[in-house]
Amino acid sequence: MSERHELFEVEPERYELDARLPYRFALGRRGFLHLVGGVVVLVAAPRVESQESGRIGRSEGSETDLAAWLHVAEDGSVTVFTGKVEVGQNARTSLSQAVADELRAPLESVALVMGDTDLTPYDMGTFGSRSTPFMAPQLRKAAAAARELLRELAAKEWGVEPSALDVANGKVTHPPTGRSTGFAALTKGQKLVRTLAGELPTTPREHWTVAGRSAAKVHARDIVTGRHRYASDLGPSSFDPAELLHGRVLRPPAIGATLASVEPADAQSLPGVVLVTDGDFAGVAARSSTEAARAIDALRARWTTTPQPEGKALFERLRQAPEGPREGRGGGPHVKGSVAEALPKAAHRLESTYTAAYIAHVPLEPRAAVAHWKDGRLTVWTGTQRPFGVKAELAEALHLPEDKVRVIVPDTGSGYGGKHSGECAIEAARLARSAGRPVKVVWTREEEFRWAYFRPAGVIDVRSGTDAQGRLVAWEMHNYNSGASAIETRYEVENQHVEFHPGRSPLRQGSYRGLAATANHFARESHMDEIAAALQLDPLELRRRNLKDPRFVAVLDAAAERFGWAKARSGGGIGCGIAGGFEKGSYVAACAEVRIDPSGAVRVVRLVASFECGAVVNPNQLANQVEGSLLMGLGGALFEAVEFDKGEILNPRLSRYRVPHFSDTPKLDLVLLDRKDLPSAGAGETPIVAVAPALAGAIFAATGQRLRALPLVPRGLPKASA
Amino acid sequence: MATLELLVNGRSHRVDALADESLLVVLRERLDLTGTKYGCGEGQCGACTVLLDGKPVRACLTPAASAAGKPVTTIEGLEENGRLHPLQEAFIEKDAMQCGYCTPGMILEAAALLRRSPDPGEAEIARAMEGHVCRCCTYPRIVAAIRDAAARSRRPGTGGLPHTRNGP
Repeated sequence: MSERHELFEVEPERYELDARLPYRFALGRRGFLHLVGGVVVLVAAPRVESQESGRIGRSEGSETDLAAWLHVAEDGSVTVFTGKVEVGQNARTSLSQAVADELRAPLESVALVMGDTDLTPYDMGTFGSRSTPFMAPQLRKAAAAARELLRELAAKEWGVEPSALDVANGKVTHPPTGRSTGFAALTKGQKLVRTLAGELPTTPREHWTVAGRSAAKVHARDIVTGRHRYASDLGPSSFDPAELLHGRVLRPPAIGATLASVEPADAQSLPGVVLVTDGDFAGVAARSSTEAARAIDALRARWTTTPQPEGKALFERLRQAPEGPREGRGGGPHVKGSVAEALPKAAHRLESTYTAAYIAHVPLEPRAAVAHWKDGRLTVWTGTQRPFGVKAELAEALHLPEDKVRVIVPDTGSGYGGKHSGECAIEAARLARSAGRPVKVVWTREEEFRWAYFRPAGVIDVRSGTDAQGRLVAWEMHNYNSGASAIETRYEVENQHVEFHPGRSPLRQGSYRGLAATANHFARESHMDEIAAALQLDPLELRRRNLKDPRFVAVLDAAAERFGWAKARSGGGIGCGIAGGFEKGSYVAACAEVRIDPSGAVRVVRLVASFECGAVVNPNQLANQVEGSLLMGLGGALFEAVEFDKGEILNPRLSRYRVPHFSDTPKLDLVLLDRKDLPSAGAGETPIVAVAPALAGAIFAATGQRLRALPLVPRGLPKASA
Repeated sequence: MATLELLVNGRSHRVDALADESLLVVLRERLDLTGTKYGCGEGQCGACTVLLDGKPVRACLTPAASAAGKPVTTIEGLEENGRLHPLQEAFIEKDAMQCGYCTPGMILEAAALLRRSPDPGEAEIARAMEGHVCRCCTYPRIVAAIRDAAARSRRPGTGGLPHTRNGP
């Protein structure tokens, strides 16, 4: 495992992966592919990518190093099995496109089975923008192998050389004779399994026919008709209607409180309700969610509380090292040259501190799970980005061997990095075990706000030195708690010290779209703006003077040109800002125009962004992801913040935690740079990083106020203090 | 526990409901109409929007008893004989969704809007839709889809928006 870790370092701010299980239950009773006919291709994960099948966290063993498998059935239909899941990032469609493209089959003939731990190979999880760069090539290889196998079958049947045959549109053709046959005829009566371990050439990007083009979501019709069932929608028709119960869990009054005792207020008050208490867990299962909620309200519990930090002490606390050793992840400082020597000699020096608040993912579908026990085996349908991780959590929490647990992930109502953990699945499973019937648990919005994990808050100190022309000579950056993603600068600077320091977080925290790349870009790009302001240089010009990376320059120039940066004027309550960045193989730049109302309200009038993630797989869906990422970024940049004090979340409702709405949407303009010569990178995360610094720059340009805290204007523009 | 008569998507159902139980819970748990989603429980996200007497309401805040006897339209009732409603077509066409969880509520609110105002401008659409959250932030595409649906419905020969089934 350690060897694999060298290949793929899991970012330190994925705090939730290190977390302990939510419950400790008392020990109780301890507890391949069966496809017939057709052609099956198994793809072994190559060494470098085997970290996708490598395990982190608590789970043991490695059942397989397979990356994916693909089945061409006797009716010619194609089914691909992958451990990735669909959470709105469009992997179901983009991966189907890759397979159809490589197999030379119509997109409609390809179906994906995703995130089912019984049917799909192990996968670490759907996060880190890894489906497109890593899973798509694996599936392409599987499809290429299947295509070649089909070609061989036809060649054998017709007694010709395989190389004389064409494969296109779900058919194999022999041009000289005009003979042609569909995949179905070739796979009929076959039972072939081919394992693919080595390399197999796949179609170069410039020859893609299905991929590289816009295609509607393959499951769009089910969504617009309400037919798609998310985990929270599984119900009477999925089980015997009389069987399914609705579960609800008793929650502590505050973070850090543990259950001392619990009893029903009145024994008569819980007719037909199953009450489960186990260790520090208490929950109920009832015939309806209404009855379950009432039963919880009727419980009388005593709690042991522990003192929790005050909200106002947050940033001080984050600067303190966590109690006890932090194992494994975290990395060391990135040091180059000597900041200590270079800084005193710099023509200009600047020092500033930036902060970022905790923010919530607010996936519109809250955590949901349905658990069903049958013959000692547990099946849980749940919305998670880590089906195999949740399977391991279930096995550990319920003291089961992993082969007694199956996790199935229906396409999920979004995650944004917030659904990596299995607490809801564990709750449903525990209740179902006692109830002896399937139990569904759907978290309320308030439970999501109080008991899920947040994007980490952070404090970032930056010190810089530049020469008289604004070229960086020294750069020092310390990030406390929020994370190490994109902490290293892409600007050219000889003397650097960049370091992430784990902090003492008072709240549960973990992965969020883009991880700490958002906070680190906010600090770095804001600081670049501050240098530009101090030296009276144009912010774009200052960046250009410090950049060699041509891809970075290209996105900045593309955004600036589309925006009209050269002619943009700030003043009269209008301000323009620019920022750029790089993360996870892709580059982004954004120009923002804001208008400050006399009331102090900040309106984003216009947002122009350029994005480059190598070869584009599906232009329209890519644009959709980039737009969504940018607009979601507006929330965290401007107004989203989790407020808390002494173990209590103070704004645990949508009416008190503001997310972007229709009226917050600026005029949006995208420039997508398609680099067919570069491998495709993921796109859902990186665009978010440019938004906050571009807005901070725009607000500064409009008002002269430099805001260094995210969110920038939770209650409008602060009264000018500078 | 009371027995209510609900008229949902043109069909009459007798359902049991607890006192004060919401229309959302009854639709989802008693009638298995799960296209209507829970998102916040306080009328802030719009995911549970249904049409009651042709008007958009938040099912999470609507007592089931108050809907008795009145026509209710859910997302499952928009298709007619396997033909999608123009809004459903437009949402697919404009790719106006990512995870799709907010989509049913968005479409029903938009259906009510288009019935009031067959050719709304962008600002009017944004105002009408303001109470709906798309956390994936596909807002510009939703606006585009609603405009597209309005245009489809105006096309000659299409006979305008299908009249959403309101009663038996």
